[in-house]
Amino acid sequence: MSIADAAGAYRAAEEAAGERVARHWPEGHGLRGWITTVDHKRIGRRYMVTAAVFFTLAGIEALVMRTQLTLPEGKVVSPGVYDQLFSLHGTAMIFFFATPMLFGFGNFLLPLMLGTRDMAFPRFNAFGYWVFAAAGLFMFSSLLFGVAPNAGWFAYVPLSGARYTPDLNLDVYSLGLLFLGISTTGSGINFIATALKLRAPGMTLSRVPVFVWALVVTSFMVVFALPPLNLANAMLFLDRRFGTKFFVPTGGGDALLWQHLFWLFGHPDVYIIVLPALGIVSAIVPTFSRRPIAAYPVIVLATVATGIISFGVWVHHMFAVGLPQLAMTFFSAASIVITIPAGIQIFSWLGTMLLGRVVLAVPMLWALGFILVFVLGGVTGVMFAIVPFDQQSTDSYFVVAHFHYVLFGGAVFPIIGGVFYWWPKFTGRTTSVRAGLWSFWLVFAGFNLTFFPMHIAGLLGMPRRVYTFSPGLGWDAWNLLSTAGAYLLAVGLLVTLSTLLYSLRRGAPAPPDPWGGETLEWATASPPPTHDFAVIPTVYSLHPLWDQRTLDSFHEESRSPLHVQADGHDVLRTTELDAEPQLGVEMPEDTPVPFVAAFGLLIAFTSLLLGGYLAAIAGAAVFGFSLMWWLWPRDRPGSSGGGERRGEGEGGGSAGGEREEASA
Amino acid sequence: GGAAPSTLSPAGVGARRVAGLWWLLFGISVVVAVLVAVLLAWVMARRTRAGVHARTGSGRAFVVTMGVVLPAIVLAFVYAVGLRDLRDLAVPRDPHALVIEVVGHQWWWEVRYPASGFVTANEIHVPTGSTVRLRLSTADVNHSFWVPQLAVKTDLIAGRVNEMWLRAEHDGVYRGQCAEYCGLQHGHMAFHVIAQPAAEFASWLAGQARPAAVPAGGAPARGLRVLEASSCAACHTVRGTRADGKVGPDLTHVGGRRFLAAGAIPNTPGYLGGWISDSQSIKPGNAMPPQPLAPEDLRSLIAYLGTLR
Amino acid sequence: MSVTRGQRAAASKRRAAPHRRVPPSGRTPAWWGMVMFVTTEGMLFACVLASYFYIRFSTRGPWPPGGIENPELTKPLVMTALLVSSSGPMLWADWAVRHGRTGQLKGGLALTLLLGATFLGLQGSEYMEKFKKFSWSENVYGSLFYGITGFHGTHVAVGLVMILFTIVAALRGKFSAKRHERVRLVAFYWHFVDAVWVFILFTIYLSPKL
Repeated sequence: MSIADAAGAYRAAEEAAGERVARHWPEGHGLRGWITTVDHKRIGRRYMVTAAVFFTLAGIEALVMRTQLTLPEGKVVSPGVYDQLFSLHGTAMIFFFATPMLFGFGNFLLPLMLGTRDMAFPRFNAFGYWVFAAAGLFMFSSLLFGVAPNAGWFAYVPLSGARYTPDLNLDVYSLGLLFLGISTTGSGINFIATALKLRAPGMTLSRVPVFVWALVVTSFMVVFALPPLNLANAMLFLDRRFGTKFFVPTGGGDALLWQHLFWLFGHPDVYIIVLPALGIVSAIVPTFSRRPIAAYPVIVLATVATGIISFGVWVHHMFAVGLPQLAMTFFSAASIVITIPAGIQIFSWLGTMLLGRVVLAVPMLWALGFILVFVLGGVTGVMFAIVPFDQQSTDSYFVVAHFHYVLFGGAVFPIIGGVFYWWPKFTGRTTSVRAGLWSFWLVFAGFNLTFFPMHIAGLLGMPRRVYTFSPGLGWDAWNLLSTAGAYLLAVGLLVTLSTLLYSLRRGAPAPPDPWGGETLEWATASPPPTHDFAVIPTVYSLHPLWDQRTLDSFHEESRSPLHVQADGHDVLRTTELDAEPQLGVEMPEDTPVPFVAAFGLLIAFTSLLLGGYLAAIAGAAVFGFSLMWWLWPRDRPGSSGGGERRGEGEGGGSAGGEREEASA
Repeated sequence: GGAAPSTLSPAGVGARRVAGLWWLLFGISVVVAVLVAVLLAWVMARRTRAGVHARTGSGRAFVVTMGVVLPAIVLAFVYAVGLRDLRDLAVPRDPHALVIEVVGHQWWWEVRYPASGFVTANEIHVPTGSTVRLRLSTADVNHSFWVPQLAVKTDLIAGRVNEMWLRAEHDGVYRGQCAEYCGLQHGHMAFHVIAQPAAEFASWLAGQARPAAVPAGGAPARGLRVLEASSCAACHTVRGTRADGKVGPDLTHVGGRRFLAAGAIPNTPGYLGGWISDSQSIKPGNAMPPQPLAPEDLRSLIAYLGTLR
Repeated sequence: MSVTRGQRAAASKRRAAPHRRVPPSGRTPAWWGMVMFVTTEGMLFACVLASYFYIRFSTRGPWPPGGIENPELTKPLVMTALLVSSSGPMLWADWAVRHGRTGQLKGGLALTLLLGATFLGLQGSEYMEKFKKFSWSENVYGSLFYGITGFHGTHVAVGLVMILFTIVAALRGKFSAKRHERVRLVAFYWHFVDAVWVFILFTIYLSPKL
């Protein structure tokens, strides 16, 4: 039998094994189901919705700031409020929007792209979401009490120390980020384990989609980059609350140590945000160019290289602090070198489009717009690698312009493009093309009108993080333009949101594969059932759904118990490099324990903030005991005696019936 | 006031060098952006309908040429230019250069001329055409010293002393501003560098070194008594009087300065009066409490401060 | 298609063959989870030790500063001996459970627990002595000393809770030759905590004497 397309592959697999598999993958309903679910798709959507809420809040903050800066000596907000707005805006956009939003994409898509049924640690995944939501609540509610972080998202000491900021603002910052760090680290580890162990058979490392590569590199970066931030925040909290002297110069501490630790995290973090976003582009561009991505090994190498080099460039945030010239020349060189892998990606997409034939759908339009603005952010990025230019323009509005081109252009554009691309998969609905075009052009125009003038204001000497400015310095017109742009941008984003919400209620039902995509997620229903794939396919190429043998495998493997895993709530484990099948792994059922554990942590961190140390210990105990409850080795129904059941396989790679229990 | 403190209208050696660097980088950027834009336009021009599968082929040669080889050549060139400029902008080892110490405060600038032994605030006078070395430190949090038209910025880091230099090419008043976020009034922490001919500068130095003039009588004399009797004296120094506080800026020659409150307001009697009676409404959060002075006392005080040139 | 299937089946058979001989076929997701967790923890310790040296070498004057004496070596060396040797019974426990010897598993775990707890006790007694001389808020050296050793001590305590948890599970008969992964993961964490201590010994206790 020969299968024509992804939709056919989906139907063949569902017909062959859908009912058998679905029995073991029930979906929880009601409030209980909502709290206890460990389904990666529900968690992924939840991440994206929550991150979008934080994006909206932080965006409103930005709009208030722009309103304040419309005219010189503006009096819309007080300087104290302005400082909280810009600090929380940065902190929220970086930590509570960009990373969680992209991790939401990852959560939803990674198992689907890999051809498996869930993340490696589903309960840990649910826990990660609850911690993220709780940490966001913790951080944003501080604004209501007037104690939001107010020393910038970078929180330089000594300003962030107890002496100059005695109120709770910076305790909210340090504890909030430590709290969130648990979630981010956990997600990173989960992505790595999933990508290494749960790929469909045949998906060797040279057949892994670029988006997955990007997410895995990002996850490795999280594993290595978050510790310096966590350490710095822990030391800041100890300094502020318990009188240690890590960052206090009068006690022998060092104010620059904070900057080193912060940027040792901070610069990799730029790529932690941008890499998965570029991965989204690498998913969109081939689909709408009707050909596989150009120079796949080169773009994968570039992704990995970016991850590694990004740990050697942090000092370019510190060129003005008075470092030795030799150190600056080294970090300048590293910062220049890291632009090469970015260039590779740009030309890989351009090459894909040039060799292919472009279909100008809405997601592709966002990808094209992204390429243009990202290149503009990239060329100014190279400028900052040149030490004297950096020393002149750092901490000016030129930097604000630069990093919004990189982060808004380089992450938000792909995110919105990705939302339009995978919306049918996320929701089962299609979006209006006309509304999508309006949304793109409004955002594109509003974005450029907002941020392009900031280049000029910066070159004209306007420093950043000022709550107002004096008239007659040549900055007035550019600020006025930026503010006008900000409102246009807000309108564009509102149109985007309305387009999506309208589609949710009224959109036409989406077929499994509306765009003719190349990766496995399109061979599932829109939205996918709880079990994702009734039959685990065998992957024969980098673009499995454009590959006849892979398409056929959806039907053929339905005779192999190893590929169907219909005996329980199971997924298939494969080898790390060659994705050869190993064993079935039993996945955990829905459970409220992750929710309880995260709630315990919320109590612990809130009590720590308010100085109730006994309550903090109680909260930590709730967390600890739920963790033990969670990890206690249990005998499950369906696993005879021990957790692992190892029947003698019948050979042929289909060792049916073998399985082991999951650990987390 | 004054013209835009633009990095693109340099009046100092360092800033001129960086402005040149900017135009080079800008030119390269325009070429790159146009190249990408043209490729994108071409791609869109030959777009097609859904359902057509295009030819394959790896595209590796294109990606490696455009994404690695060409950028590597351009970047190596840019890096070399950057290194040359970095070397030329290093702090010179000229032992005869004038040394000025700048101490950052929340939210004003203390300026010391150690060779002449006086202290002033928010205004830095330098002789045009000579190299001036700046020794930067902070009394509280981090700040950054930035005069866009004269030199690249250098941070003031708590617990450290940083050095930088500048050389003004033309006479003029150049606006500078703190560039490192330093709290509530970071936005109002400006200063001015006044480059003047050597002779004019020498006479300014001599004038600043003198203590405050003793008023002959009338309102200024009364104002001096108000200054010494009120809480002003606890925070400010006016050399030659009993006011010797160290918290706020030295006011010995405040009358000669162009601005008050670190560039926040011009130095006119009206603004000065407003500042003294309620500085919090002008620059919320600054360290100076409102001074409830009788109207007559306030007028005398303003008159006295105006004489301190 | 049938040709392809035949070829693939043959290839799979060749690939599958080695797995039959070695019972634990490949690493599990949980193994990778623990490896990455230990990696991120290792980075945390690397950063805190790097911070120590950063501050030490940017400090002018004597180190330790503020008239604090160089740390005594006797007790830390005894503590090192205890902690490093506790990896031995842990290895034994891991080996035992894989071979179905659950009695030896419990013995090994209990011995590890005892050695680890003694280490923590000695660290407590060292803190008692040190507190008479300096506190964590005295100067940055005090902060670093108590910060680094306390942070490690917390890890030892967490490791002990994990071992206790494993002992309880072992007493309830939850482990066997076919089901022992948790023991392996706990052992992994414990070896890490032991290894990190060696670096802390070098940094805090030995390096000031160099």
